[in-house]
Amino acid sequence: MSEQGHTQSSVRFGMVIDLDKCMGCGACSVACQAENNISFRPDESNKLRSITWMSVFRLTNGANYPDYKYTFLPRPCMHCDSPHHSPCTFVCPVNATTRDESNGIVTHIYPRCIGCRYCIVACPYHARGFNWWDPKWPEPMESMLSPEVSTRMRGVVEKCTFCHQRLLKARSKAYMDGTDPDKATYTPACADACPAKAIVFGNLRDPESEVGRLSKDPNAFQVLKKLNTEPKVYYISTQDWIRKLSDNAVI
Amino acid sequence: MDRALIPEGLKRCSLPIFGLWTLLLLLLIGWGVIAGGLVLVKAMNLTGLNDYFGFGAYITADLAIIALGAGAFFSGFLYYGLSRFFPSLKELGKIINLAVVVGFVCYTGALAVLVLEIGQPLRGWFGYWHANVHSMLTEVIFCISCYAVVLIIEYVPIILENRKLGAVKPLGVFGHSMHDIMAIFALTGTFLSFFHQGSLGGVAGVLFARPYAYRTGLFIWPWTFFLFILSAIASGPAFTALICRAIEKFSRKQLVDRSVYELIGKIEGALLGVYMVLKIADTAYWGLVQSPRLGLNLGDFYWGPYGIWLLIAEIGICGVLPALILLSPAGRKSNFLLFGAFLLDVAGVSLNRFVMTIPAIAAPVMPFDKWQVYIPTVYETAPILAMLAYCTLIISLSYRYLPLFPRERELNRV
Repeated sequence: MSEQGHTQSSVRFGMVIDLDKCMGCGACSVACQAENNISFRPDESNKLRSITWMSVFRLTNGANYPDYKYTFLPRPCMHCDSPHHSPCTFVCPVNATTRDESNGIVTHIYPRCIGCRYCIVACPYHARGFNWWDPKWPEPMESMLSPEVSTRMRGVVEKCTFCHQRLLKARSKAYMDGTDPDKATYTPACADACPAKAIVFGNLRDPESEVGRLSKDPNAFQVLKKLNTEPKVYYISTQDWIRKLSDNAVI
Repeated sequence: MDRALIPEGLKRCSLPIFGLWTLLLLLLIGWGVIAGGLVLVKAMNLTGLNDYFGFGAYITADLAIIALGAGAFFSGFLYYGLSRFFPSLKELGKIINLAVVVGFVCYTGALAVLVLEIGQPLRGWFGYWHANVHSMLTEVIFCISCYAVVLIIEYVPIILENRKLGAVKPLGVFGHSMHDIMAIFALTGTFLSFFHQGSLGGVAGVLFARPYAYRTGLFIWPWTFFLFILSAIASGPAFTALICRAIEKFSRKQLVDRSVYELIGKIEGALLGVYMVLKIADTAYWGLVQSPRLGLNLGDFYWGPYGIWLLIAEIGICGVLPALILLSPAGRKSNFLLFGAFLLDVAGVSLNRFVMTIPAIAAPVMPFDKWQVYIPTVYETAPILAMLAYCTLIISLSYRYLPLFPRERELNRV
């Protein structure tokens, strides 16, 4: 038990993304879109209104040629592990978004969400999107929707769930196989789709897991560490200028 | 035509003139209702809000109107609670009815706009059913709705003083009985209002991942909790005084003794002065100590249309200046300075509510993120203007048909 009475388990799902491998192809974003029934509009040009659980940011070092450098930073929900609550779970007035302390995943209950958008305001990573419209898929495309993920109606917030439906499937399989469901592992759609194998996912608290090992790499960093949000998405880069962009630094 | 409804011995403008005025307000309200209706039907994509600006014009207007409606609870607290210990506060009895009406319209208006603000209005009651005890917004939902009920209870006896309604014996007795126990409601309202004014400040202050808004504080309450309460009571009665003055100008009558305005000026001057000292201390700590620890400095919080002018306007022009005017007897003696200071006071608190909402979330947090600018659409401005028109309409009807000002007859004897 933590000081605040929250049960802490030996499982904390998290991610490590190697920015030196990421080429910004967007396959993670597309796979996420397909896996999670993310809606889209005929005109997706306004990125502040379109829903993208896995956004890919383009970072540059701001220098001129020949010193100009750039990289891409895929940003899912960070599933912040800050001690009392994540920034978003703390503020939700109806407990629509809560952190599952058995695995660290920050979930969102769509039928309970009243759409106040306080969680959107609270999140510094802009990981959350709001359904500004009722989703509508062109007729034949509805048959491609995954039955394992509910679609969302207008007026509710949504975000990356670390493909929670895949965790549930893995736990069911473990149960049927007679193994411990709490030790079940899985791979989210983004990690599956990445052609460069830049995304590694697993239990951060398992020292033998690849993600556990990579999160302790000297070149690993978290975005906005100073805010004490304790994001469970780590990034790795050997390049100094990228690591410097991970946090604000008063000069 | 409606002379029988007008309080005895008082004169009001002719019904056709009042009708025209009412029609104008109803048109404005109708425009806002249509705009709001379209938002409910077609969803919130009609607004200027987006995934960067989860809060916008609706929240800013709500925060401001609730702060300014604090005149009701605070004047009630001073009059019903403290005047037995400080007899000079009994002067507030001459304006207390108006303060209640202003509080009533501000809170009910804010609740109406809140219906548009949430994406799923039919689920608004979930705040009671699935309450998150850690969330400041839960406390806001509870206390604002409870306080709106208290304000309705406080408004009812004033309505029952209408001479036609009061003539119906059961209603007259009911109204008088409620007047007798009004202190209980006023002090209940004080308790509720204290907490929700504070929680509205807490809404911003607890955002520990948003350096612009975040504040440390005392136990579970960020400093903004206390600053919002203080700024509300430092501006609410001033707002009531301004409305009273506006009615006086429109009706060309004196409605309250000047001593009432002077008393409000003295009280607001003291409160605004204290608020300014604490606000400046808080701003200095936030800008020079707390933010550098989070990797940002004061300059990082001001850009483009959300520039440093906001800080100068909020704290300097609309904070320190009216505080100095209201604290000086010479300032309070001059109508221009007194009401000018009230106006700056009200503007300053409204500006504070804006600053804690929109620039607070416009400022990027991730180093590779960018500033964004928020522009409300007509689907936001129209309902807000309609809310103000609704407030004006209820105040107009109350002034016309209810004996709001006990001193009106004496002050306008021919």
